[in-house]
Amino acid sequence: MNIVGGLKGIGRRVVNAVWRTGYGARFFLMTLLYSGMSFRRFRLTMREIFFSGVMSLIIILVAGMFVGMVLGLQGYETLKRYGSESALGSLVALSLVRELGPVLAALLFASRAGSAMTAEIGLMKATEQIDAMELMAVNPIARVVAPRFWAGVISMPLLAALFSAMGVFGGYVVGVVNIGVDEGSFWSQMQASVDFQHDILNGVIKSLVFGLAVTAIALFEGYDAPPTAEGVSGATTRTVVESSLAILMLDFILTAFMFQGA
Amino acid sequence: MSAPLVEVCDVNFAYDSRPILKGINMSFPKGKLVAIMGLSGCGKTTILRHIGGVLKPTKGYVKIDGKVVHELDQQGLYAMRRKMGMLFQFGALFTDMTVFDNVAFQMREHTDLPEEIIRDLVMMKLHAVGLYGTQDLMPGELSGGMARRVALARTIALDPMLIMYDEPFAGLDPISLTVVGELIRKLNDALGATSIVVTHDVQESLKIVDYVYFVSNGAIIAEGSADDIRASGEAFVKQFVHGEMDGPIPFHYPGNDFNTDLGVHA
Repeated sequence: MNIVGGLKGIGRRVVNAVWRTGYGARFFLMTLLYSGMSFRRFRLTMREIFFSGVMSLIIILVAGMFVGMVLGLQGYETLKRYGSESALGSLVALSLVRELGPVLAALLFASRAGSAMTAEIGLMKATEQIDAMELMAVNPIARVVAPRFWAGVISMPLLAALFSAMGVFGGYVVGVVNIGVDEGSFWSQMQASVDFQHDILNGVIKSLVFGLAVTAIALFEGYDAPPTAEGVSGATTRTVVESSLAILMLDFILTAFMFQGA
Repeated sequence: MSAPLVEVCDVNFAYDSRPILKGINMSFPKGKLVAIMGLSGCGKTTILRHIGGVLKPTKGYVKIDGKVVHELDQQGLYAMRRKMGMLFQFGALFTDMTVFDNVAFQMREHTDLPEEIIRDLVMMKLHAVGLYGTQDLMPGELSGGMARRVALARTIALDPMLIMYDEPFAGLDPISLTVVGELIRKLNDALGATSIVVTHDVQESLKIVDYVYFVSNGAIIAEGSADDIRASGEAFVKQFVHGEMDGPIPFHYPGNDFNTDLGVHA
C-alpha cells in the first residue's frame, strides 16, 4: 500500500511538473503574441521601465562600484606577482564586461525587480484585479504582463552596462588613485584588449537573455501564484531561486558558445 | 415580465468530480434587478462567472442578448463583456491608479474619447455615486464603503446593459450598506440596465430587488418576488430569511460522533 502511495505521489509530481512547464511555455507564447500594445502604447512600457529599471539603479550602481573596487584590489595583488600591474585595466574591464557585469546585475535585478513583479501580479490576482480586467474586456496579458516583460528585457542590458561602467570606475579608483598604477597604461591596456564585438556585444547578448529569463520567470510565478498570502510569498521566493539558477546555468551555456577557444 | 436579457438554461458545472451547479435555470428580464441568494459556497458566484464567460458549463448554456456565451470566440466574448459591468466583492480597484484613473480605465481602453470628455464623464460617474472630489485619492486612502462606490462608478463607466454585483454588501457598515443598496437600485433604473446581485444579505437586498432566486447546494430551491420570499414556508428559505439557528442547515459540521471521539459512550 505504501509503495503504491509513494508511486502515486511521484506520478502526481511528474504530471504537475509537466503540466506547469506546458502552462509556462503557453504563458510565454501568449506574452509574445499580445506584445503589440506594449509598443503601440509605449507609455505603459516606459512606466514599467521606471519601476523595474530606474528604481534598481541605486543597488546596481553601488554594487558595481564595490565589485570593481574588489577586482582592482585582488587583480593588483595577483598581477603584481608576475610584474603585470599595468594590465590591471584589462583585467577589470574584461571581467566586468564579459562576466560579472551581466551576471551580477541580473542576480540583483532578479532579487530587486523580479521579486517585486511577482509580488505585484500575485497580489493583483489575489485581490481580483486581474479578473476585473478580464471582465472589462481588457486582456491582462497584454495590459499587465507584456509591458512588464519588455520593460525587463530593455532594462537589463542597460543596467548591466551601468554596472560594468561603475565597476571600471571602482577599479580605477582603487588601482590608479589609491594604489598608484600608471593611469595611462590602465586605460590604454583596457582599450587595446577589450574588443567591441567579442566582449561588449557578447556581454550585451548575455544580459538580454538574462533579462528575458528573469522577467519571464517572475511574471509567470506571479500569474500562477495561489491567491493567498502564503501563495504570493512562495511565488516570490521561487522567482528569486529559479531566476538565480537560470542565470547561472544560462551563463555557462552562453559562455561555452561565445568564448570557447577564444 | 419583459423579455429576458440573460437566460441560464440547465447549467451544470463541476470542479473535477465535485458538482457545483446542478441543472440551474434562471431568467433575468431586461430592466429588472434580480438577486441570487444562498449560503456561502452554494454556487452563487459560480453562476456569475458563467454569465461573464469566465467558466464554461459542463452541460447547458448561458445566453445573453440571444448569444450563447461559451460558444463565443475571444473577440466575441470581449465584445459582449464591453456591454457588461461587474462589481467585485471588495471592489478590485487597481491599487496603482488613482480613483480618477480607475473610473477612466475602460473609457481609455475601449474608446477614443479625448481626455477632456473622459474627465467630464469620470466626474459625472463619481458624482452619481456621491464621491465627487475623491478623484485624486489612491484606493488605499478610501474606506471599504467608499472603495465599493468607486468600483460601482467604474462598473457603470460605459453605461453597461448588464451589471453584475458579487456580494456588494459584504463587510459594510449600516450606513454604507443602505447607500450602496440605494445606488444599485437607482443606477439600474437610471441606466435602464439589467442587474444581477449575488448576496447573502437578505434584509438589504429584499428592499431593492424585483425577483429572487434561492440557491442551495448548487440547485434552485425557491424563487419569487421579495414578498413571496418573505412569506415563503419552505424550511430553508425560512431559516435563511429569519436567520434561525435551527433548520435544514445544521449548526454542526458533519463529522464523526463527538462523544465517540472523546471516548464517552452513552
